[in-house]
Amino acid sequence: MATHGVEFADVSFTVSGRPVLRGVSLRVEAGTTTALLGRSGSGKTTLLRMVNALEKPTSGHVLVGGRDVAAEDVIALRRGIGYVIQETGLFPHMTVERNVGMALELAGRSREEIQSRAKELLQMVGLSEDALKRYPWQLSGGQRQRVGVARALANEPKVLLMDEPFGALDPLTRAEMQTMLRDLLRRARVTTLIVTHDLEEALYLADRVVLLENGVVVADLASGEVRDSANEAMRTYVAATHREVSA
Amino acid sequence: MNVFLQRYGAQIARLTFEHIWLTASAMLFACAIALPLGVLLTRRQTLAKPVIGVANVLQTIPSLAMFGLLLPVPFLGERAARLAIVALTAYALLPILRNTYAGINSIDPAVIDVANALGMTGWQRLRKVELPMAASVILAGLRTATVTCVGVATIAAAIGAGGLGELIFRGVASVDNGLVLAGAVPAALLALIADGLLGIAEKRLVVRR
Repeated sequence: MATHGVEFADVSFTVSGRPVLRGVSLRVEAGTTTALLGRSGSGKTTLLRMVNALEKPTSGHVLVGGRDVAAEDVIALRRGIGYVIQETGLFPHMTVERNVGMALELAGRSREEIQSRAKELLQMVGLSEDALKRYPWQLSGGQRQRVGVARALANEPKVLLMDEPFGALDPLTRAEMQTMLRDLLRRARVTTLIVTHDLEEALYLADRVVLLENGVVVADLASGEVRDSANEAMRTYVAATHREVSA
Repeated sequence: MNVFLQRYGAQIARLTFEHIWLTASAMLFACAIALPLGVLLTRRQTLAKPVIGVANVLQTIPSLAMFGLLLPVPFLGERAARLAIVALTAYALLPILRNTYAGINSIDPAVIDVANALGMTGWQRLRKVELPMAASVILAGLRTATVTCVGVATIAAAIGAGGLGELIFRGVASVDNGLVLAGAVPAALLALIADGLLGIAEKRLVVRR
């Protein structure tokens, strides 16, 4: 699977005069996983959505594989990028097989190829073949999220974007999903950007952790450096995550 | 009863056929206009309010007044059936337009987001995601429009467009309740049958979430 690096060069984004991102510059190396961490409204989702051109920067450039996203054909660009969101966004009127195979259907692949790839992908995310003919409403939250991950990987994406993919799951299912995803990412080595509030999830899944505050990158660290970092903003985030509840 | 049917049976059958023809033609035209227009409004949201407003106004015009207003219009006024179909089409626009717009707009934004992120073109998104997901709501609009049209089509007889209204008007003029019922009962049955059949189709198209 050929994967691409992602670069944000002095990216700003303003909505109705309110700055959401302010001069963000960031490089995500090909084949690595980077977690975008920060409180709600810090701009991490907006930054993620710029990679597949769901949002366009007010100024600055987003580069995927060294090419400016703004200059690319948006349909071709998006077909090369996997996207997973918290709400899964599964198509409720389609079976799991059709949901998983949608990227291939759009690419004009044959029915046989779609069927066999869907089976393979379900196996990869730990679902049995029985799920193929089911509809999203017949699945549990965890199963739906597995289908969402399988769908994002169907077209062997060059970049994988995940926006709080496990945010709506219970802690046990969430842990299972994290284990599954880490295993998948290690095997696929696809460049991945994952938005999360959860520091533990970021450290477990990502090679690098980027902390955003009010639309500005305030920390960009290797996962191993996070806990002992002298960076004030990161120390505050770590402390908030590990706050003890006194009796 | 037998004597009545022997006398009026053939006429009831012919006028029922005319009634169906008027309604079906109007529904076809209304669908051809309101479906694409409803989709367009979801893409140009600023147009939605004024366009749906115009359709709303059309709906409020009393049917007899509508037929009267269209009578002097060249080409339409020449043939009563033509005029009736245009008027019925105007009545059928609003429910189809409003439901197409509302049906597509009510789709979970996350689903639309993912459709875009998968690299669907606007047409693919419409065909594969939006229309199937909005189908039951659109069909509900079609159902309302059909029942309205079947009802309003009875008034079309006032301008000589035919249909079951002809029996009703003749019955009223000659104070013959039997004749009124000969027009009203089949018209009511038509409305009930259309409502029932489209209701079944609507239920089948509901997407479970």
